[in-house]
Amino acid sequence: MKEIVLVVTAVILSLAAAGAIIRIAVGPSLLDRVLASDVLLAILGAALAIDMALNRHLNNLMLLVALAVIGFIGSVTVARFVAERREQSNES
Amino acid sequence: MSPDASGLDLVIDVVTAVFLVVGALMSLGAAIGLLRFPDLMSRMHAATKPQVLGLFLMLAAIGLQMRTWWVWPVLLVAWIFQLLTAPVSAHMVGRSAYRTKHGHREKLTKDELEAVVQRAAAGQEPGSEK
Repeated sequence: MKEIVLVVTAVILSLAAAGAIIRIAVGPSLLDRVLASDVLLAILGAALAIDMALNRHLNNLMLLVALAVIGFIGSVTVARFVAERREQSNES
Repeated sequence: MSPDASGLDLVIDVVTAVFLVVGALMSLGAAIGLLRFPDLMSRMHAATKPQVLGLFLMLAAIGLQMRTWWVWPVLLVAWIFQLLTAPVSAHMVGRSAYRTKHGHREKLTKDELEAVVQRAAAGQEPGSEK
């Protein structure tokens, strides 16, 4: 049962990561790419959580919290940066 | 998961498996939403599913598998932290998306921010009208 769950979730998460990477590659604007990379980070955290649940350890829990912090800081910073740049180029 | 599970252990293992698979399906749903939705605002709607509900299901699965009580507060803190940061970053992304003319304005059924932005552009403070 452990192996079945592992294979099923691995296939699902791989498809999801492929979709997010496609959106990062083709995404028409920078904010689309930021959003897709946020989703990719969430998928990575899901993979870490699945590893912890199936192998019964808590080694990655702080890494999960750190991933949340990094995603938060990254998307807020890029959103702020985009606003500054686009407003300047619209005025000039 | 224990290989020779029986009784309550089997029930807990089945619940854990369901949580893990559904949590992974949240990520797949977010990826499908990212690929198929037309503009940034609707993609943001899809992108929050694995961040909140998916993470909740995964952490609940960890808590079920660890079989101890002291992990639940730790997992709750991790989830609440994600729950606090996700709306803030979504607000910042949506705000800058609106200001930089992302998305399709004509698809919105109601644009309540438009009047506020025009008042601010006309020189009035947003909260100062009588």
